[in-house]
Amino acid sequence: MRRIVRFWIEDRRPTGLAPGKIALGLWMTAVLLAAFLLDARRLGTLGQGARIIFFHIPVAWVTVLAFILSSIHSILYLAKRSRTNDRRAVSAAGLGVVFCLLATLSGSIFARITWGAFWNWDPRETTIFFLLLFYAAYFALRVAVADEEARATLSAAYNVLGLVVVPFLVFVAPRLSALAGLHPEPILNVQGRLDMDPAALGVFLAALVGFTGLFFWAYDLNNRAMDVEERLFEQEVEHGG
Amino acid sequence: MRTVRLWCAAAWAICAKDLRTEFRTRYALSAIGLFAVTTLTVISFSLGPLGLERDLLGALLWVVLFFSAMAGLSRTFVHEEEAHTAPALRLAASPGAVYMGKFLFNLLLLLALEAVVLPLFVVLMGLEVGHPGAFFLALALGDLGLSGVTTVVAAMVAQAGARSALFTVLSFPLLLPLLVSSIEGTRLALEGKDIGTVWPSLQVLLAYAVAMITAALLLFPLIWASPTRSR
Repeated sequence: MRRIVRFWIEDRRPTGLAPGKIALGLWMTAVLLAAFLLDARRLGTLGQGARIIFFHIPVAWVTVLAFILSSIHSILYLAKRSRTNDRRAVSAAGLGVVFCLLATLSGSIFARITWGAFWNWDPRETTIFFLLLFYAAYFALRVAVADEEARATLSAAYNVLGLVVVPFLVFVAPRLSALAGLHPEPILNVQGRLDMDPAALGVFLAALVGFTGLFFWAYDLNNRAMDVEERLFEQEVEHGG
Repeated sequence: MRTVRLWCAAAWAICAKDLRTEFRTRYALSAIGLFAVTTLTVISFSLGPLGLERDLLGALLWVVLFFSAMAGLSRTFVHEEEAHTAPALRLAASPGAVYMGKFLFNLLLLLALEAVVLPLFVVLMGLEVGHPGAFFLALALGDLGLSGVTTVVAAMVAQAGARSALFTVLSFPLLLPLLVSSIEGTRLALEGKDIGTVWPSLQVLLAYAVAMITAALLLFPLIWASPTRSR
């Protein structure tokens, strides 16, 4: 309890009704209702099973977004050596792992329905599996290094190495014959042709916006908590523990 | 031009030093060699009477190579930290030369490992190579990438208190594209497909090796210079 109060005092953020948070809540409620109440005939050949795309694709998109943010902060850390960048990289990676797990689980259920097996080593499944393994290793590395500066440098360097590997999984591996993809063409394919019912597309885009908002809200909370933790730690060091 | 020559000389000197210590103790080679033979024996013994398809052999070969590499390739840097010779090495050569020297040493170690494993594969598993040129090219390019990645990860692990489990955990995600394309390339070469069919996998392997070694060379000064105060 005392810790929570100290967190609240240290946060130094004006507390009010937070209209953004309320708007986000209402928006997500509307998205959820629409995703489940949309007429099944508008969902295409997959029928009811297709409702999962309103959650699976936005969550996968947020995973990618989180890891891009994490990589950017890692590169910034290596360039500027600011501890804030290190904290942001960790914060984004932590959230990325959560969303990555959600994307893997929802994708696995979806794969069982459409392709008949929970796991098929489709290129995108491989990529998401890589992200899970990679960030698990990232956090294992952070736990293993005791020195703070060394920990930040090594994990940032590892993050950059991962960034070099990703293009090989996303663009190169699918071209090998053994790994021909099962995933459908992107909804907006090269010709700019839309393969989706307008109402379903509307719900889908709204879900995309909503999940992105959800991510940034959580990211901001996480950052504030980590900043406070850092300041409390510094105070304790100043006062001699 | 002179600096390039000095840099290469420093890299070669480090590789030669590692080779010399390796010949004295034979620690790394016996570790990965025996590990490879053990794994191979387990596979061969448990599969015993079953005939194996050629496409499976390529995958098994890479499983053996991967785990043997994981057993011994972190030694180059971990040993420097354990013997407290790393600071001297930091003073003696530029980070890039250190990386290159250790990279060459790991590459030679992998080639030595393959010289042991491949004949055993022929004897125990009945390995028949359909297209030897493509097969050895796939192996060589795979070795380049494997050595390039493990060398930089070994340097990180040495800083992290030399945990050997961590070495595998950190290396595997980075090596995933390499394993996928080298297994594919080896399988096609074993089946005796023409070079045009194997070529895409070889291209991926080459691009991967070049990209990873370049990234490792750029990042290595940051990793290698980081101080390990609290141990």
